[in-house]
Amino acid sequence: MTQTNDNLLSIKNLSTHFYTEQGLVKAVQDVSFDIPKGKTLAVVGESGCGKSVTALSVMRLIPWPPGKIVDGEILFDGESLREVSEDRMRQIRGNDIAMIFQEPMTSLNPVFTVGNQIIEVVKLHQKKSGHEALGIAVDMMRKVGIADPERRVGEYPHQMSGGMRQRVMIAMALCCGPELLIADEPTTALDVTIQAQILELLRTLQRQEGMSIMMITHDLGVVAENADEVVVMYASRVVEKASAEELFDKPLHPYTRGLLKSLPKLGERKERLDVIGGSVPNPLHFPDGCKFHPRCPLGCNDSRCRSQEPPLKQVAAGRSVACWHAEGYDDKSE
Amino acid sequence: MNEDLLLYNTMKHSSEYLVDVKDLKTYFPIRSGVFSKIVGHVKAVDGVSFKIRPGQTLGLVGESGCGKTTVGRTMIRLIPPTEGTFAFDGEDVFSQPQGRMKELRRDIQMMFQDPYGSLNPRMTVGSIIGESLGVHGVARGKERQDRVADLLNKVGLSAQHLNRYPHEFSGGQRQRIGIARALALDPKLIICDEPVSALDVSIQSQIVNLLQDLQEQLNLTYLFIAHDLAVVEHISDFVAVMYLGRIVEYADRDLLYANPLHPYTQALLSAIPEPDPGRRKHRIVLGGEVPSPSNPPSGCPFHPRCPLAEDCCKNEIQELVSKDGNEHLAACWKA
Repeated sequence: MTQTNDNLLSIKNLSTHFYTEQGLVKAVQDVSFDIPKGKTLAVVGESGCGKSVTALSVMRLIPWPPGKIVDGEILFDGESLREVSEDRMRQIRGNDIAMIFQEPMTSLNPVFTVGNQIIEVVKLHQKKSGHEALGIAVDMMRKVGIADPERRVGEYPHQMSGGMRQRVMIAMALCCGPELLIADEPTTALDVTIQAQILELLRTLQRQEGMSIMMITHDLGVVAENADEVVVMYASRVVEKASAEELFDKPLHPYTRGLLKSLPKLGERKERLDVIGGSVPNPLHFPDGCKFHPRCPLGCNDSRCRSQEPPLKQVAAGRSVACWHAEGYDDKSE
Repeated sequence: MNEDLLLYNTMKHSSEYLVDVKDLKTYFPIRSGVFSKIVGHVKAVDGVSFKIRPGQTLGLVGESGCGKTTVGRTMIRLIPPTEGTFAFDGEDVFSQPQGRMKELRRDIQMMFQDPYGSLNPRMTVGSIIGESLGVHGVARGKERQDRVADLLNKVGLSAQHLNRYPHEFSGGQRQRIGIARALALDPKLIICDEPVSALDVSIQSQIVNLLQDLQEQLNLTYLFIAHDLAVVEHISDFVAVMYLGRIVEYADRDLLYANPLHPYTQALLSAIPEPDPGRRKHRIVLGGEVPSPSNPPSGCPFHPRCPLAEDCCKNEIQELVSKDGNEHLAACWKA
């Protein structure tokens, strides 16, 4: 992808490692992508593929020890997030970049009212008085579709359902008008009818506020319905990058193809589901060469797949893939 | 009850049923005050009836809190039933004494959602799978070892895993161990409680295929409890949709997915995001949330969220009936 000023966030060659007692875990390796202004980028992958660590790296929330960003550049609106001071980073978090988490049950503090928790964010970042902050909190709660916000602002998290708590989380994330929202599996813990409500809400808010969203998910259905751009991660690396339409229309990497084929789809009857054999490799002992080769339907007999890791290469405008066998993947320029 | 009669009438043409649940109710008391007086009930399951033929799969779908798991647990008497009957192969399960119940549990096994919480971390895989063989006095010593090794092969693991502990396995492999444990006593019925929802996408399909292969080989009957309508469509012969402790729609899989009658089923189906950007469809986004089962709304429990609700829905519950005389039942005035 060409570097333009339209990108709000651009990550280049990010690597984050964890130094654990069992050994070095390369949780994120050489990850690069850009998020254009006002667009949604989805990061898809299975558990342990490094998608959440990528998000935490952007927020500089990787706990040291054991984790550390070891390489790469994170540019947010022209500012290098790896280099700014901790004070500046605290301003950016919440004000410019906000995050919502998967577990609406555990990411709210059970001993404070939800109003208190939203007000805390507003006061911390915007120097508002308590009364003004309360007004903002009530407005935000109304905006995210919580009925009767004047009353519910005084409720505790346990008095609310999962969907309502996720709305509170969104209200809290959006109360300072961030330019980038990082949503880490925002609907995974919710029921489908509530998931539909929350995704609809995020789309509406994005239209109104013009913010960018980085959506981390494992659900390809959510990706198809919400994302403009998609990054597919497998075993700490980006294996494919494309626009949502192109990715679902013609996936290039055998892992993406496998994922799409293994999903049971409504209205499509098959005798058996297609499977990707084997299981996700342990990050302590990644296989040599292409990390997908032990499970890959194409490359098992190819010595290159077993010994050399394919770098992510652009194969068409706006499309990149990391597979020796992908169509258009020019292996001679290696 | 009217509902059962209709269910019975519409189904009696076919042969025997392995599972016949009638008007099952499971209430949990709400206690309060110094003397723990019972002040109300959570009606987790409120009049559920269904039947399953041998070798078939019934998919039981619904959102969290609709009572689908409680149905499964009540059936093997992990939770005492409040009312209703469950005939297993013609035998009334709920009235059996403990001794007979233990024997019955050989035929009815259960598989759980959480592959991390449902295996004892201090036991080796061999003893986890072999425990029931010992408890029921089926096999001991060398014979038991062989049986367990055989079971491991059946679920796609190998005998060398016998002496390992659960933490050495991935989520998908643990779920295979759970399946092997359920198969150990050659059951006829397996109650699968969300067996794939905790697994990664690429592993889900492996487990679904394994369950289908085993069903074919061993002529198993499944009650497949899940919230994922796409997986249920793939694996089930019949599907029952639950909402707030009741079945709101019951039909042959093809009928239900092709022509959902109940507005809740329609909304559920339309809420599923599809992995195909070209097929972004018209969506019915339901307002509000599932009401509390301790204080369900009057009349049809779905009426506060229903896009079609009218006055009659607020006052009276429509029983689960067939509108056209076939095996497609819906509990809705407007269906």
